[in-house]
Formats: sequence, C-alpha cells, structure tokens
Amino acid sequence: MTYLEYNVKRMPTGLAKVVHMNWPLVLLVIAVACVGFMMLYSVAGGSLQPWAEPQMKRFGLGLALMFAVAFTPLWFWRSAAGLAYALSVLLLLGVEFFGSIGMGAKRWLDLGPVRLQPSELAKITVVMALAAFYDWLDVKRTSHPLWVLVALLIIVIPTLLVLRQPDLGTALLLSGGGVFVMFVAGVSWIYFAVAIAAGGGLVTAVMASRGTDWQILRDYQYRRIDAFMDPSLDPLGAGYHISQAKIAMGSGGWSGRGLTEGTQSRLNFLPEKHTDFIFTTLAEELGFVGAISLLVLYVLIILFCAYTIMRAATRFGALLAAGVTVTFFLYFFVNMAMVMGLLPVVGVPLPLVSYGGSAMLVLLIGFGMLQSAHIHCPRTRS
Amino acid sequence: MKRSPKEEAESSRIISRRALVLGGLQAAAVGTLVWRMRDMQLRQADQFRLLAEENRINMRLIPPTRGLIHDRNGVLIAGNEQNYRIVIVREDAGNVDMVFDRLRKLVALSDEDIERARRDVMRNRPFVPVTVAERLSWEEVARVAANAPALPGITPEVGLSRHYPLIEDMSHVVGYVGPVSERDLEALETPDPVLQIPRFQIGKIGVERALEDRLRGTAGSRRIEVNAVGRVMRELDRIEGTPGGNVQLTLDARLQNFVQARLAGESAAVVVMDVNNGDLLAISSSPGFDPNLFVRGISVPDYRGLLDDPYRPLADKTVQGMYPPGSTFKMVTALAALDAGQTNANERVFCPGHMDVSGHRFHCWRRGGHGRMNLVSALSESCDVYFYEMALRVGIERINAMSERLGLGIRYDLPMSAVASGLNPTREWKQARRGAAWQVGDTVNVSIGQGFVLTTPLQLAVLTARLASNRAVLPRLVRGVGNESVAVAEAKSLDLRPEWLALVRRGMSECTNHARGTAYSSRIVQAEHRHAGKTGTSQVFSITRAEREAGIRRQEDLPWNRRNHALFVAYAPEEAPRIAVSVVVEHGGGGSSAAAPIGRDVVLAALNDGMPPIAAYPAPQRNRIEAQMREISERLRPVARDGVDRA
Repeated sequence: MTYLEYNVKRMPTGLAKVVHMNWPLVLLVIAVACVGFMMLYSVAGGSLQPWAEPQMKRFGLGLALMFAVAFTPLWFWRSAAGLAYALSVLLLLGVEFFGSIGMGAKRWLDLGPVRLQPSELAKITVVMALAAFYDWLDVKRTSHPLWVLVALLIIVIPTLLVLRQPDLGTALLLSGGGVFVMFVAGVSWIYFAVAIAAGGGLVTAVMASRGTDWQILRDYQYRRIDAFMDPSLDPLGAGYHISQAKIAMGSGGWSGRGLTEGTQSRLNFLPEKHTDFIFTTLAEELGFVGAISLLVLYVLIILFCAYTIMRAATRFGALLAAGVTVTFFLYFFVNMAMVMGLLPVVGVPLPLVSYGGSAMLVLLIGFGMLQSAHIHCPRTRS
Repeated sequence: MKRSPKEEAESSRIISRRALVLGGLQAAAVGTLVWRMRDMQLRQADQFRLLAEENRINMRLIPPTRGLIHDRNGVLIAGNEQNYRIVIVREDAGNVDMVFDRLRKLVALSDEDIERARRDVMRNRPFVPVTVAERLSWEEVARVAANAPALPGITPEVGLSRHYPLIEDMSHVVGYVGPVSERDLEALETPDPVLQIPRFQIGKIGVERALEDRLRGTAGSRRIEVNAVGRVMRELDRIEGTPGGNVQLTLDARLQNFVQARLAGESAAVVVMDVNNGDLLAISSSPGFDPNLFVRGISVPDYRGLLDDPYRPLADKTVQGMYPPGSTFKMVTALAALDAGQTNANERVFCPGHMDVSGHRFHCWRRGGHGRMNLVSALSESCDVYFYEMALRVGIERINAMSERLGLGIRYDLPMSAVASGLNPTREWKQARRGAAWQVGDTVNVSIGQGFVLTTPLQLAVLTARLASNRAVLPRLVRGVGNESVAVAEAKSLDLRPEWLALVRRGMSECTNHARGTAYSSRIVQAEHRHAGKTGTSQVFSITRAEREAGIRRQEDLPWNRRNHALFVAYAPEEAPRIAVSVVVEHGGGGSSAAAPIGRDVVLAALNDGMPPIAAYPAPQRNRIEAQMREISERLRPVARDGVDRA
C-alpha cells in the first residue's frame, strides 16, 4: 500500500478515525490494566505506593502513545518498519557493548535520563519487519527456501542478541511471535513440521550438553528446568518459587481469600509477587473465579484482535495485527503456564498487569499499530 | 508491492485460514490453562490451603513457671529469681561494633562474651534478638536503660531462673535444675513438648528431679503468624499454661543450716527425724555444694574441683553413703536375743577382752576386758564380747529379722536421688554374691555391726526412732504438694515387749548419762533435754602389723582416709522422745570423740529451735562450747534465722 493507494481509496480521516477504532478492544485493554492496578494495590498491602500509582501514570502515558500510533496512517508504519528493525538491532548491539547490568543480566541501555530495554522494543519491530517483508514479497514465493531463510534471519538476529543478555523469556516471545507471523503469512507446513522435529532435537541437545564444555544454557537456567520438572526436589532452593506459587494458587480455592488477605503474598512467601508472579497473588486472593475472569478478558482481547485481522484490507495490516495478537497471547499464556508449573520459569510478565513500564509501553504501541490497521481500511462508499 | 485483486484475495484467504488454525491452537492452550486452574484451585484447594497455613503459622510454647519449694515453716528453699539480660537486634542496632563498645563501658563484659555475641548476631537473621549478657545486677540493667538512646537495638529483658537461696544447705536434698539433655529426652517415652523450648530447665537430681512432674506445670502456647523469613508478624491466639505446684518439705531450714554449719570441715552426714510421724527435720551431708553453679552451667574447673575433692561434696552421704554401723548395731543384737528368750535383764557374761570362735580370736575393743557385763552395761560400755555371745546363741536369721523389723536394709521411698538400701547380710546373700557359705564368724562380726552389714545414716535414724517409739516409723520428706498435704503413713506397732525395749533404752541412756558410758563426755545436764544414745566406731582398715611396729597405736596417727568411721545415734528427750538423730563422721576416728559431740549439739539445736542453750552442757565444758558456738554462729545464714513465722 502506497501513499497513492491510500488516498485513492476512501479511508477515514481526521476525527472520523476516532469513530472507526476497534473500541471494544480499547475498553478491554483498560479493563485488564485496572485489574493490574487493583492487584498492585493489594500486594502493597492496600496501598497505592509503591507500585499501583506509578503503574497508573505509565499506563496513562502508554494509552496516549497508543492513540497517537493508532491515528498515524498505516503506510507510515510500513515504511518505517525496516528502519525501526535496523534501529532495534543496533540498540541490542549497544546493550551487548555498553549495557548496564541488573539482576544477573545485561538488559538495559542507559541513555542519560532514559533507561531503555531494547529487547522489549524488538518484540514489536520484528513483527513489523516480517509483516512488511511478506507484504513486499510475491505471495507465490512465500515458501521459497531463500525467502524463508531471509524471514528466519530477521527473527534470529535479534533473538540471538537477546539470548546473550541472557533473557530467555523475551527470546521466546520474540521468536515465537516471528514464527507465528511466518505461519500466518502462509509459509509451507513442511517447514513447520521440520522445525518442530528440529526443536525436539535441540531440547535433547540442550539437556545432553549439560555439564560439558559446550553447555548451551547457563547453570541457573538448568536449575530452573530441574525445579520445573520436580519442584519438591529442592523446596528451599530453585524449586522454591514454583512450590510457593502453586501453594498460593491452590490455596485460593473457589472464591479466594479476599483482596489484600492472601497470606502467601502478604507474608512474602511468594517471590516477585508484584511482577512475574502477580497472577498467583490474584489467584490466591480472588480464587478460581477471579483467575478465570482475567483469562476471559484476555481471550476477549484476542477475539477482538482476530476481528481486526480478518477485516484488515492489506497483507501488511493483517500480518501486523496477527503478530501483535500472537505476541500478546504468548505473553499471558507463557506467564500463566509458568506460574502454574506447566512451563519452566522463564521470566515473562503478565501483560498489562505485572508491574513494569517497558513491556506495557511496547504492548500498547503494538495495540496502537493494530488499531491503525483497523482504522486505515478502505470502507465502502455508502 | 502492487498485487492483482486475484492475488489479494488469495493472500487474504491464506491469512484467514492460517489465523483460524492459530486460533484453534490458542483455544487448546487456553483450555489447558483452565484445566490446570480447576485442578489446582478446586480439586486440590484443601491440600494447598493446608500448606499455606503451615507456611504461615508457627506454634510457640510458653514455658510454665516452676513450682516453689519451701521448708516446713515456709522458708524458701528453691525459688524463681528474676534474671535480667540484655538482648541486641541487629537491624535496630545499625553499627553493632559501636553498640558493643558503648555497652562495655556500662556492663562488665569479657572479650569472649563480646566475640560470642557478635558471632551469634551475624549468624542470625537481622531481626532475631540475641542475648548479649545474662544475670545482670539491677544496677547494670538500670545503667543500660538510662543510656538507651545511645544504644540502638539493645533492650533489657527479664526472665525467670531457678535460684537456691540456701546455697549448700539443701544441695543434696533439693538438687538442682539444668538444661534438658539428649539423655533426658531419650529416657522419656513421650517427652513433654515443653522440653524442646531452648534453655528450658528440668530437675536433674534430688527433689527437683523426683517431683519434676508436680513442679514443672504445663506449658501454654501461642500461635503466631510468621513471614517467609521467619519474622513474627502477629500473635493469633494464646493459651496460658498452668504454673507448677509448690512443694513443702518436712525439713526445718534453720536446723538444717545449724547442722551444716556444725559439720563444716568434716566429711559427715546427719539425719534428724521426728520419732512420731517420721518427718525428716534435717538431712544433711557435708560438705555441700552450690547448686546455683549448676543452674548457670558449671565451669569445667569448678566441676573438676567438686569431683576431685576427697570429701566428695557431690555425694549425698545421708541416703547414698553405706557404712558399717559398728556398735550402733548392738541394740539390734540385744533385741534379737531378748526376743528369742536367750537372755534377760539379770544374766551376766564375763568379758576377758576376747572370745575364741572356731579357731579365730575375736577381740573386744577394750583389750583388757570389761569383766562381768549384763545387757544394760554391755550397751552403755559397748562391750563386744557380750554381743558375740548373744549372736552365737540366736544365730544370723534372728538378727536379720530384727534388723529388718527395726528398719535396716530397706530402701525408703524418698524423693531424693540414688537412695541406697544398705545391706542386711543373710546366708542366701553370701552364697549368691560371694559364692561362699555363711560362717559362724560372720555372725559374730555382724553382731557388733562389722563385717558385711551396711547401713545408711537415714536407716540409723529410722532404727533410733523405732527404738524410741516402738512403732514402725517411716521417714517422710514431703509435707505437701500444691494445696494438698501428704498424709502421714500410719506407723504400725513393732510389737516389741515394753520391758525388753526399756532395757535397751536404759542401756542407751547410761551410755550418754552414766559415768562409765562411752558418750558420757557428751551428756546433757538439763533433764528436759537429756538424750539417750549409742556410739559406734566402724573399722575401715585395721592397723597393720607394720604400722603397729612403726609406733602407730592411735587413730589420730593414721592418714585421714584410713581412720575409722565415727557414728552416733540418739533420741531425745529421754522421757518423752520427740526426735531421733544419727551422725556419721567419715574417718572421724571414734564414735565417742568425733560423732557424739556433734550428736549432742544437733539434739539440743533440734529441741531448742535451732540453737543449743549453753546451760545444757556440763559446766566444765561450757567455755569451750561457748567459743565453738560463736564460731558456728558466724557461719549461720541470717535468712534462716530471722525466717518466717513458725507454723
């Protein structure tokens, strides 16, 4: 889609764009964010400080950003995709050489007043780059090995840089989001079948390499995997997080112990109770009912995103929307599965709920782009 | 790129189809999440709830207050003393070293104390209180409290710890408490959980141990909520325990104190007993020790010192010490002969100074012989040959029977540690334990309390009380527990013919009051206090031929631990007996010289409220006695003297 096409067809302009937004999605995002504020208020022992209030401010900023992105014409984002991707790869390289270290990993880039986490940014730029790539590519050549290789490179370069930080969770979301964009774009089934087989091989290799000189993962990552397999092996060490998280979840029962009344979070048995493990606090305090309610909100978000994908006018718009949707889905699925002991603990926040700025801002920018795809659609003259 | 409408349509069909597949995958994933939530939150909710409660709730026991121990007049023997200590909390202290430096200027602390406290502080979590110093004086605590602003993290606390105000007087009877040991726990089938409280103390020996169940009380408990690092967040509820019951003993602390002071410097035992109800008024083993040292945790040199002392301060000689009774056993032989009808008041036996029995020559202690002796004079002058003769007539069985009837060879059930049964040697015993047949010479030896027969000072007091009362009096140490008083066991009559008993009593009376009696020099001149007694000297080693040739004739010339034991038993007042006394002085030399004077002083003290009246002594002895009493008075504990009103 070029500027010319954009003008030729009848598209909403000016204030009309507000009317044509995917409003149910906006409202659902705000609803989930409010659940987040409530939980942050609760884990602080019934106080807006130190988490809920800063989170609200950031959300306000992110929402404004979302609208700005949404109202920007889609062709602009298509044109900017390559540049944004190149920039984020450069920033990741910057982290590699100048990054600051925190919590045993090098993830942050200190730019004077702003602390940037380029790996978060990469989540959206990879999706943009792939969408633009497939938009450019002849549909018939989608499954050509050369072009598949190009797409894989787009994914693998930032993924490897993120893995080196090391940040397993982000790498997982990054590559997962990218691969699913490829899938939606129509890359042949055969590649995915081969990839799944190769993935199985890789897991075997990772586990087999343990303790040898060419060990692939860090020791702490192996310990997390062990603890995931059997938390009772080491209830006070690596398995502690999972055991305590499961106790918190399970003790919530049907209706939970009441807001601010969860003993596991209040008495600090839960680790990271305001960030990655906030879902366990929610499940403990609001019970099965609360946990299912949040899940329903997330599923509704996915459904309304799907609506945008289905009616997107362009290949770029549809693929971008699909990429954002899949990334969002991976966020909450990996997080919930991890705190419930279905997946190893990899450090993925609960989207829009966990405390933290970068992830939320990037997600809201992503939703902004999805909205842009939703708005900038030719409408029939009527 | 530009696409034809056909291509566009193809592209969007592919995207829709693939998105649908993806949607299916997502639905499956969400289904998994829901299934897992249901599983954890609904199916296993109870289990997880239990685990969460276990996480957060801790039970803490509240140690009960230990019961007090009083004497018969309400004088405190074992109490609970406020114990001031200082604790430090690292997170409140900030700079721990600075706080310790300042603390040292206020409280006497050694370098080791500081080092130990610093180690504890660093090892524990920052909010855990660590004891820096214990058993501080009130002044020290006040100084610390006054300087509180300069000592962040320091708080004075007060707890209870066992205290024995009478120090060594009651050490053997009451014993002491100490921290629970592994062995204590192993000995119990279901240990009281209170024993797991750190630093909890239980009775280790004596009354403290024997009456542990009554003294301990039951623990209270509180349920507290703790957070992940163990910090106490709040108390959920609290159940108060019940304090232990108080115990009242039959002892008279003032008399016990006098006896202990009188025995100073000797390795000796004294028992004073009420002849009518068996109440033990004093039961004193010398030297004593300070039980408070054990409560605090005795130092190795102190403990070594007690163990290595030849006078054995840790042993309770009154109930654990077994001694040949010597001539104090002669009353048993006399009554056995009378009971068997083998002698009477008038029969006289000639004592040439020795007697030959089946090829052995048995000497009388007076080598020159006593001449013609009847039962009374044989007792009063302690003629050995008379009793050899009686023993040959009645045989060991009758002596055994009389001995048991009078309370020897029996283990008395007193709440004290290692109460010994003594030994009443029988034919069967010798066959079983020595593998040899009983010889007639063995009977001859037993007749004068030598040979195999062994008695404890407590048994000698019981023997004397039974002679004085003609009833089977049993010793009693506990007067009351809690609010109940312990009933006095009804003492049955001994069924000894009064005229026989009168003969023995006259023998004892002449022993102390007749000019020829062995204890005449320890007589009492006031008629209302007069006592009747019997001396005894039991051989530990005989003087060897080599020693005899080296000129050693007298006990005083022998090394201390080879001298004879000195014994004395008495009841008083003679006309209407109230108390029975037994005295054993280990290696004291002779009964009349070492034991009888102590016996007289104890009798007079017991009859006169803890201090003998000078008028009771024969006039020529008064100057010497007065000096001796002044010396003893200085050793008396003032607490006991101006004690509580007598009940």
